[in-house]
Amino acid sequence: MIISIASGKGGTGKTTVATNLTAAAGGSLALLDCDVEEPNAHLFLEPEFTDSETVDAPIPEVDMNLCSHCKKCMDICRYGAIAVMGKKVLVFPELCHSCGGCTLVCPEKAIKEVSRPIGKVNVGRLKHLPGPAFVQGYLKIGQVMAPPIIRHVRTHEGKKDVTIIDAPPGTSCPVIASMKNTDAVLLVTEPTPFGLNDLILAVEAVKLLKIPHGLVINRAGMGDDAVYEYAKKQGVPILMEIPFDRRIASAYSKGKLLVDALPEYKEKFITLFEDLKTLAREDRRTAQ
Amino acid sequence: MKELVILSGKGGTGKTSLTASLATLAARDSKAMFCDADVDAADLHLIMNPKILETHDFISGNEAVINPDLCTGCGQCFEVCRFDAVSQSEDDTYNIDPLDCEGCGVCVDLCPEQAIDFPEKNCGQWFASETRFGTMIHARLGIAEENSGRLVALVREEARKRAQTRNLELILTDGPPGIGCPVIASVGQATAVLIVTEPSVSGIHDMKRVAELAAHFKIPAMVCINKYDLNPDQARAIEEIAKEKGLTMVGKIPFDKAFTEAMVQGKSVVETHGDSQATQMMEEIWKRINTSPAMAQERIC
Repeated sequence: MIISIASGKGGTGKTTVATNLTAAAGGSLALLDCDVEEPNAHLFLEPEFTDSETVDAPIPEVDMNLCSHCKKCMDICRYGAIAVMGKKVLVFPELCHSCGGCTLVCPEKAIKEVSRPIGKVNVGRLKHLPGPAFVQGYLKIGQVMAPPIIRHVRTHEGKKDVTIIDAPPGTSCPVIASMKNTDAVLLVTEPTPFGLNDLILAVEAVKLLKIPHGLVINRAGMGDDAVYEYAKKQGVPILMEIPFDRRIASAYSKGKLLVDALPEYKEKFITLFEDLKTLAREDRRTAQ
Repeated sequence: MKELVILSGKGGTGKTSLTASLATLAARDSKAMFCDADVDAADLHLIMNPKILETHDFISGNEAVINPDLCTGCGQCFEVCRFDAVSQSEDDTYNIDPLDCEGCGVCVDLCPEQAIDFPEKNCGQWFASETRFGTMIHARLGIAEENSGRLVALVREEARKRAQTRNLELILTDGPPGIGCPVIASVGQATAVLIVTEPSVSGIHDMKRVAELAAHFKIPAMVCINKYDLNPDQARAIEEIAKEKGLTMVGKIPFDKAFTEAMVQGKSVVETHGDSQATQMMEEIWKRINTSPAMAQERIC
């Protein structure tokens, strides 16, 4: 079972929910931090890494002894990543999407692919909690392509009974790469106009992917009630509320888990975990 | 003409609320243009309340679509697709999932039956609007669409063209979170970036990454700490990091409910809480930004 945690708007509490769920539930669980641009889950869970994998993107390398300057590589490339200029061939690695088209069409077999590192994936377990596995991805500074790293992180899903995915903010390709083929999506929002605006976008994305979803309202009491009205109207169940409380903000700022700072939350996160499992299971049954 | 891009690395540190306040202050001498480069989850319009004057489709890239009448089921597309977008249907022809299609066109070019169409994709819309602060260029990327970097580049280019024609001195751009594709598209050729961070372990971790990104592209960076009093120790740590990395500190804003109250009213805190400490701080920050060496260079021509 795979549960992804997403939000639309950044900073609403995705990582808070993902890390506290992991800590509260424990057991056969894997937390995958797919916010590869700015991964934060490790700051709260103290993982011990046992392995680090480089994520490479293949890019073309042209053997100029074989190249006949036919320009077929340049013609197939939709990204302007390879250009034939007279007797020269230029490759622009940061524009390359690694589709392999140039290598396939080269009639002289002058192009081979070489690896270019675009990020890394760290794999480990938690220092203080037996059971859960922890995986995080890091996009290298200056690189544009997050989805290949997210896909690499997700090769580690399914090894435990439940996989929890901490997704990046937004609604574009990195978010889709993180939510696609998960059994349930937990959306985290805050009751403010910005929170609502971005929640609506996130719900649209989840509906497009046809994944059952529930809602956590973080910083409840902070802004207005419009998020509640929206959730009711759309039939999105509110599975948990976390109040707007300075003690919570303070614990978070220090990298402390909510379940440690305010132990009464442990029970609440366990309930949330059970609700999520039900949500994921039920919908699969109706789908069949 | 100059462009200041507001970034944060981490989402939810207050980029948009601060951008709105700076926009209010910039509008006092009415020489600024505004741009929302967070095309993925845009929020600035909720405060700027734009009156949309122009709407344009954002056509970008193409999408491969198999014509089932021509498909012989040879499986060539399935073989060449690197993005796992092609799957076999029940009748042995093939299908392409638009969500996975990268638009590389390799299957289109290599299909022996020429059975794959490659229509252009409408990935969203962009707008030119009037607001009470001045002109604003903003956009809405379609849900689950790609090419957010291209759309960011496009809205910034439009803002720049219009600012130039009107002899405006400044473009204020609200950037996206993260450090990937749309962020990189939002900093190219900018005069400077303002990193809005918060005093938390995540805030610090993410601010370091976005500062490294700015340094990577040689864009001068300034830092402001939002809600600094939530954890003064972490705020001090941020100041130390800023010093170490040569980032200009332009201010520390205390936690203030006034920001949320203003947001709920669709206004900036400078508008709703004119005599508050928050507004005073915003005015000071605005002054420091304008006199900082980071903004002294002419980078856009």
